[in-house]
Formats: sequence, structure tokens, C-alpha cells
Amino acid sequence: MRALLTRDLMLAFRAGGGFGLGLAFFLIVTVLVPFGVGPNSELLSRIAPGILWLGALLACLLSLDRLLALDWEDGTLDLLATSPLPLEAALSIKALAHWITTGLPLVLAAPVLGILLNLPTPGYTWLVLSLLLGTPALSVIGTFGAALTVGVKRGGLLMSLLVLPLYVPTLIFGAEAARRGATGMDTTTSLLMLAGITAGVIAIMPFASAAALRVNLR
Amino acid sequence: MTLTIRDLCVARGGVPILEGLSFSLAPGQALILRGPNGAGKTTLLRTLAGLQPPLSGQIDGAEEQIAYSGHSDGLKSMLSVTENLTFWADVFGQRDIAPAIAAFSLEGLKDRLAGTLSAGQKRRLGLARMLVTGRPIWVMDEPTVSLDVDAVAQFAKAVQGHLHAGGAALIATHIDLHLEADMLDVTPYRAALDLRAGASDEAFL
Amino acid sequence: MSLTEDTPTPKRPSGFWSYANPVKFLGLSERILPAFWGLAAVSLIVGLIWGFFFTPDDFRQGSTVKIIYLHVPSALMAINAWFMMLVASLIWIVRRHHVSALAAKAAAPVGVVMTLIALFTGAVWGQPMWGTWWAWDPRLTSFLILFLFYLGYIALWEAIEDPDTAADLTSVLCLVGSVFAVLSRYAVNFWNQGLHQGASLSLDKEENVADVFYIPLLVCIAGFVFLFLALVLYRTGTEIRLRRARALQAREART
Repeated sequence: MRALLTRDLMLAFRAGGGFGLGLAFFLIVTVLVPFGVGPNSELLSRIAPGILWLGALLACLLSLDRLLALDWEDGTLDLLATSPLPLEAALSIKALAHWITTGLPLVLAAPVLGILLNLPTPGYTWLVLSLLLGTPALSVIGTFGAALTVGVKRGGLLMSLLVLPLYVPTLIFGAEAARRGATGMDTTTSLLMLAGITAGVIAIMPFASAAALRVNLR
Repeated sequence: MTLTIRDLCVARGGVPILEGLSFSLAPGQALILRGPNGAGKTTLLRTLAGLQPPLSGQIDGAEEQIAYSGHSDGLKSMLSVTENLTFWADVFGQRDIAPAIAAFSLEGLKDRLAGTLSAGQKRRLGLARMLVTGRPIWVMDEPTVSLDVDAVAQFAKAVQGHLHAGGAALIATHIDLHLEADMLDVTPYRAALDLRAGASDEAFL
Repeated sequence: MSLTEDTPTPKRPSGFWSYANPVKFLGLSERILPAFWGLAAVSLIVGLIWGFFFTPDDFRQGSTVKIIYLHVPSALMAINAWFMMLVASLIWIVRRHHVSALAAKAAAPVGVVMTLIALFTGAVWGQPMWGTWWAWDPRLTSFLILFLFYLGYIALWEAIEDPDTAADLTSVLCLVGSVFAVLSRYAVNFWNQGLHQGASLSLDKEENVADVFYIPLLVCIAGFVFLFLALVLYRTGTEIRLRRARALQAREART
């Protein structure tokens, strides 16, 4: 298991691994928002938590089609499926690697981008905390989408169509926590719900992903 | 551990393609699969490797015993030869990759990125992967593609060594490997066009 | 989940499951389809005319309330269609009956249309009542999300060539989607308490609509149920014939 994690991380950090693409996308989306809604700093600070959550979610989505497609093309998935490692474990590890290379950098970058959007001071802690709790769910759900569409040529758009509705509960509770935090309201319920969703999908989704991948491999 | 196949029927895209296959593969034994393109050799090998379910029939002794090598080798171009092999050794719970490197004379290429290797060198690396799995039954689909004469000899020697160590091999190939191996032509097992239940599309006829 | 163990034993089932045989199913559906079409037509015509012309205007909502005869039945069927797809997907996963998978496939577009009718009539109703075509009310939002789930489900069926692979993958998606649809419903409730009135049909007498509206509404609902069943049976038949044609072609190609 550790071998797969190290390999995926190594591949991500080497040239052509796509590390940082999601981060750059996150930055660009955040920069574009004021062009779309106007430079009014009061308005920006009000929508900042939602925009940052949405930006992180889209950046996460963008990097999903690399998650399994490359291993599919070069036959790695066939060989992994015949290895002693259960496919469920392999997919959990790949989701973890995806989170470390995509989700975690987004969490760390979010406060910096919060400055650009004039995020109110009390909001920073809650933004980071909610992203930290929520982004693992995005990676795990995304792995399921990638497993469903891995056999489809140029399935990127299809995957977005399948994954985005599944992101709704995570986005609602995550953005709600960040928004409440920014306005000084109580965030306990939304954070607990968010943590519950993340724990639930980590426990259950790998089975669905592995089932889908097995169908695609045969 | 003997691999035993009884009355196996395999399907491609929902249509039965081979049926009535029965054979066994004992330790130390090699079996060469023959048959024209599209006869179902790849489908049979993938079924044995557990990548797809058989339509009917029994496969005994395959569980956790088979190392599979298909058309592509699962190599990462941005990892070096050693890193690629170490990864697969780790996944299969093995440690030592030196014998595999030696068997396919990859010593000089150890630190090269797999992406910079020629097609034949990549294939040798892919075959070396079989040695680091530690699995007794090798199931290989056209392993000699893009290998030169010397490399084919190396490969035959590796298979020979594997057999002597008590392993078994099931190889689909058109090249004569000069092995003491039984031959199995799959052509006679071509599935007849009966209305058998279970075949995906034929339920609709 | 035993998606990989594809071994329907060739024993002859009897009773309900015997209709899992596509040919037998076609025979049955051809016999009962006219009855379903007829029942749907009769109850829709009766229910809608009764509802539109022979019920009093509501003292608060005026005649706009009459759109309830389209809105409530279509909303109900939108949810039930997904539920039917879920059951059919489960049957496919457990028992590997092709008819079941194809019925799920056939129901999806019907469900989408029902969802759209519910959303559209809701907007038409909401405009005079709430003064807005659309509000991010929990019920409305949930229906919009349900619509997205339908779209994804249909898109996945369309994208995958091998019919059995498509059936397996869409079944998994339907299962996972159902869980997330319920989760989304709760999340949306938490996110925004809304304008929408309570359920029109609940066992709680206090909340329920009055009897004068209630009986024609039940007739309309029956009409939508029959319409749905007829459409799904008809579309399932079409899907079976498509597969049959494909199987025949495959056989031709091999001889």
C-alpha cells in the first residue's frame, strides 16, 4: 500500500505529473471573480467563502481525469487488479494521493486567496478548517467518478456531469461552515455534518469505486 | 499448486467465444496457446487472471497464484527501471529485484527513466516484472512482441528457470521458444452458435 | 457487491421471475399495454377536466391552484421513477435480468420529463403566489438536483457502448446517486428553510388539501401512474427489440 502511495506522489511531483495545475486553476478562478462581479470590496468579502469553496471544488474536479486514466492507458490497472492488493485499498490510496497532491495544496493556498477577496478576519480559521474537512470527500467521490468513466474516451466532460451532483452535500455544508465562520455565527452543526459526510464517503465509496472499476476492466 | 480448468466457456462483449475448454497445468509445466487472431486467446488469459468472469465452467487453483502480463506492461515513463520494478515487487510483497534485473540484462539501464527506453527494452522490463511477483503461475499474452533474437532467448531462459523452480507458465505466442512445452490450439474450442442461457445477448434471441 | 460473478444458472424460473425472459416479457407487455394506455387516457381526461372546470377556486389562491392537478402528480412520478430505477438496478445487480436493466434505462427519460413538468408547473404556480418564477427553496432546489442526477444517469448510458457494462455502471451510479440524492435533500433543507407549502398529500388532516380538490387530484395521480407505466413498458419493449436486433446482427457476423 505504501508503495502505491509513494509511487503516485513521486509521479505527481515529477515533470508532467500535473502537480500545481489545480493550484494555478484555483488562483485564476479567484482572480477572475472580481472581474465578473465588480470590485466592490464589501460584496467580495460577503461572497468570498463561497467563491473560495467553489474554486477549490472546481480545481479538484479538473485534476480527476488524471487520477485513473493514465494507469488505465498503460495497463497498470489490469496488473493492480491481479495483484494481492484489494482494488478497494488501491483506490483509497489513489484517492489519498490525489488529496495530498491537489486537496492539501488548495487548503493551504485558500487563506492567501482569501486576502485577494477581502475575506473577513474571523473567516480564515473556518475556511481552512472546513476545506481541510471537506476536500478529502471531494477526492474520494471524484475517484468514484473516475472509476465510472475510465473506459470512456475523452470522458472528462461526462465525469464532471456525474461528479458535480455528488458534490452538492459536501459543498453545501463546507461553504455554509465557511460562510457562518466569516460572519461570526456558530459553525458547529455544519462542520459536524461535513465531517460526517467525509467519514461516510471514505468508509463506503471505495467499494462502489472498485465495483465500477472491475466492470470497466473486464 | 495445479491450475485446473474444467469445461470453461469465455465470452467477449457478451458473445461466447470459446467453450468446452478443459486442461490442467501442473508445477514445472508450460503450455503454449496457439490460434489465429481473434480466436479468443487474450479473452481466455484475462479470464484466467481473474479480470473477467467466465460464462460457465470452473477454474481451480488460480486464486492469488497468477502473475499476468498483457499487451501493455504498466510501466511509468517518469520512473526509472529500478523504481518501476521496486514498485511492483512491493505490491506483491517481494524484496529482491536483483535477479529480475540480471535475468533480462537490465543492469546498464537501471537508472534510466522507463520513458527513454526503446520498445524492446521496455518489453524486457515488463517481463522482468514477472520475476518480482513471486507468483507460481505465469499467464502471458504475446510476451515476445518487439523482442530481438537475443532477448527472446533470454526470455526462454527465464521461463525455463521458472519451470525448474516449480513454477508453471501459460503463454500465448506464435514464436517457437524452444521450450519443452505442450501445445494447445484453441481453434477447435470455438463456441458453437447455440442458444445457451447466460450469454448476454443471446437471451434476446 | 458481486458484479463480477455473472452466472445466471439456466434453470427455468416460474411465476413473477419468468417475465425476466425478454421474449416472454414482450408478449406480456404487448397484451397489457393497451389497457394501460386506456386507463391513463381515461383517468387523465376525467381528472383534469374535473379538476380544471368542476372544482371551486381557492379562497386565497384563486384559480391558479388548479395547476396542482399537473404539478403534484408529476412531482410524485419524478421521485417514484427514480425509485423504480433504483429497484430495477438492484434486481439487475443481484439477479442479472436484462429486462430489469433495460426497464431502468427506459424509465430515466420519462423521469426527466416528469421532473421538468414539475419544475415548470411549479414556476407557473409560484409566479402569482410568491411573485417569483424561481426561488432557492429546498423543495425546488432538490428537484433541480434530482434533474441533474437524471441527466448524469442518462449520459452514462449513452456514453458506454457495451450494453452489459453500461447496465452495471449505471446501476452502481443509481445506487450511489440515491444515497447522495437523499443526503442532498437534507443538506438543502439545512441550507435554506423555504417558501414551499407542506406536502399536499399527507396523512395529517390539518395540512391536507380539502376534499373537493383531493378526489380529482387522486384521479390525476392515478392517470400519471398509468401513463408512466405505459411509457416505461413501451420504451422497455423498444430497448429489448434493439438488443434483439443487435444480437441477431452479432450472430450474422459470426456465421
